[in-house]
Amino acid sequence: MPFGNTHNQMKLKYASDQEYPDLSQHNNHMAKILTPAMYERLRSKQTPSGFTLDDVIQTGVDNPGHPFIMTVGCVAGDEETYEVFKELLDPVIEDRHGGYKPTDKHKTDLNPDNLKGGDDLDSNYVLSSRVRTGRSVRGFCLPPHCSRGERRGVEKLSVEALAALSGDLKGKYYALKNMTEAEQQQLIDDHFLFDKPVSPLLLASGMARDWPDARGIWHNDNKTFLVWVNEEDHLRVISMQKGGNMKEVFNRFCTGLTKIESLFKDRGHAFMWNEHLGYVLTCPSNLGTGLRAGVHVKLPNMSKHAKFEEVLKRLRLQKRGTGGVDTAAVGGVFDISNADRLGFSEVELVQMVVDGIKLLVEMEKRLEKGQSIDDLMPAQK
Amino acid sequence: MANTFRRLISSRSTAVLLASLGAGTMATGFLLSENGSLAAEMKKKLYPPSSDFPDLRKHNNCMASALTPAIYARLRDKLTPNNWTLDQCIQTGVDNPGHPFIKTVGCVAGDEESYEVFADLFDPVIKDRHNGYDPKTMTHPTDLDASKLTNGMFDDNYVLSSRVRTGRSIRGLSLPPACSRAERREVERVVVMALAGLKDDLSGRYYSLGEMTEKEQQQLIDDHFLFDKPVSPLLTCAFMARDWPDARGIWHNNEKTFLIWVNEEDHTRVISMEKGGNMKRVFERFCRGLKQVEHLIQERGWEFMWNERLGYVLTCPSNLGTGLRAGVHVRLPNLSKDPRFSKILDNLRLQKRGTGGVDTAATGDTFDISNNDRLGKSEVELVQLLVDGVHYLIDCEKKLEKGQDIKVPAPVTQFKK
Repeated sequence: MPFGNTHNQMKLKYASDQEYPDLSQHNNHMAKILTPAMYERLRSKQTPSGFTLDDVIQTGVDNPGHPFIMTVGCVAGDEETYEVFKELLDPVIEDRHGGYKPTDKHKTDLNPDNLKGGDDLDSNYVLSSRVRTGRSVRGFCLPPHCSRGERRGVEKLSVEALAALSGDLKGKYYALKNMTEAEQQQLIDDHFLFDKPVSPLLLASGMARDWPDARGIWHNDNKTFLVWVNEEDHLRVISMQKGGNMKEVFNRFCTGLTKIESLFKDRGHAFMWNEHLGYVLTCPSNLGTGLRAGVHVKLPNMSKHAKFEEVLKRLRLQKRGTGGVDTAAVGGVFDISNADRLGFSEVELVQMVVDGIKLLVEMEKRLEKGQSIDDLMPAQK
Repeated sequence: MANTFRRLISSRSTAVLLASLGAGTMATGFLLSENGSLAAEMKKKLYPPSSDFPDLRKHNNCMASALTPAIYARLRDKLTPNNWTLDQCIQTGVDNPGHPFIKTVGCVAGDEESYEVFADLFDPVIKDRHNGYDPKTMTHPTDLDASKLTNGMFDDNYVLSSRVRTGRSIRGLSLPPACSRAERREVERVVVMALAGLKDDLSGRYYSLGEMTEKEQQQLIDDHFLFDKPVSPLLTCAFMARDWPDARGIWHNNEKTFLIWVNEEDHTRVISMEKGGNMKRVFERFCRGLKQVEHLIQERGWEFMWNERLGYVLTCPSNLGTGLRAGVHVRLPNLSKDPRFSKILDNLRLQKRGTGGVDTAATGDTFDISNNDRLGKSEVELVQLLVDGVHYLIDCEKKLEKGQDIKVPAPVTQFKK
């Protein structure tokens, strides 16, 4: 919420324990880490743009969480949030990202030639392949905190940069508030259109303010490369296509991203990145690569196997329904993707998906024939 | 000096870009902190009000009708004493364009001073919403003397229940859109302590939303007393649901005829109600209870937000003045089918709702009928209007039952301008 530091000064009139949130019913990373003493130490701080501790944690206070699913419960309002509030965010990051330490360094590798294989996932099983990430534009506040002027600035920059893409990346921008009925229907049919967030996790952080001002979708003419502007992050970049050629998807992903990055640099703006956290995004869960590489894959037999979850865990993969993060699988078709974001490079994560899906499909084929999969059980990655 | 210069040079390309957004090239270099983010103060210079002006072209609410780029430019950088801003007042109206038929208000106050500091916006909004009431020139009458109400008993064959509600804000504490957790808890503390001092037919108990037992919750639901976390985007976009259910609760007397909501959409909502048509008693209890609560908080050095321009100050401009909605659940099977029903209500300055409240439609033949107006007429005047109006409606209903014709009454006069 954009209350800003002036409002925060007023709150300091009250003692820290009078302001401390009631987290007794809560189950999210923020609630696990925050203590009254930490709150007292951090409550008077603010980032240069005026983002405060209460702004960081509001979504976690408002959304106690689920007993089974651990949400993050905090967001960044700008790049400096991760520095100013590191006392809270470092342990949250460590908890969320498998023990990633404040001193660890993150490797970025967007060279698609380093990916081995990935061009031959069996399309009898793998229906589609997709890689997504996010990017934040340095110099602008993030979606929870940006003003309308800043959000429009991000949109203007993005539209200019994307307009300079050429070849198979040439495309068009559709501003959410200007699109025609026909354009809107087409984007829905293509499964490209994003809508105003309804999840209370997002709404409580202030990301949906001023909707649909300065929000839009850009995609190339081939409909294989897609950029969301000002949804949950400044930019979400998606490469996708039907079938199992993850290598081609990743190639396009890396080429496109690298090109976009240089187009932004030409216009005087870098992406938010540092060697500890990698690419800086709104939610701590997306730090590092911000990358989710996944497939829609038919695993009707494997998914009923007692060891399914265990196999996924060992392969460092996660399953979702094909409607996305909040859905369940239908008809034995799963969205399988990498579980990690930080501490592994892009190439490493996509490699895990490629190798893991190959194995899962092999297991599926065995189970189809009524054979055992015991000899195929992977070691923990 | 050297450091600043170095920063200026290293951020030259960014400065060029920023200049294209409308700021001076020389100035922008100085405005960047070392790693490229803009300090809050500096942002104001870089982003002039015109860059932040909301796109209201598809909007239909009082705020969108009243806000101009010139007003926005004058007010954007102002702060109330509680550090509340115009952007925060209007966020709900920007996020909720509104309905073509129903004009919502589209702005809220974060504190008492919002109505002063942002008067250039709130005054025209108030005028629009309250039938031309001009806060600059007019004064609002407060009258909580229930003995003045005449004819306050309805025919129980038609009126199923009677109810009067209003809101009160505690002076010195920010309102629900703006309050911090500590302030909200302070409101709860002040109000609960005062209510504990009520006696006799008003003596009762407080149920904190976060701490009530399953059993208590079920009872409150069965009594139709329990309020839930707001789901309407009109409210959630105004930041009112933050920290739910912290410091929210329900107080009611043992007889279940006097009820107070704490920290829902206002600091307090005060409700007097009972089954049947004895509006006189409902209003008498309402006034008595309100006066006693006011007295109890004054003993401890607190008071309600009130001034003679705006009457009782509440979060939503639509509730200024009396904040009063007096209403009945009334059966009107014949009248409701008559094509003149809406016009009759209009002229009587009444509105109809479904019996589930403002966002519901009527089911069957029973309607929630209440006063339209809040500001510019006193509590006694508004309840009298409701009483006279409901008597007229029941009279129409009886006539139609007997096959007689009814008349559309002349419109009730507005307040004197």
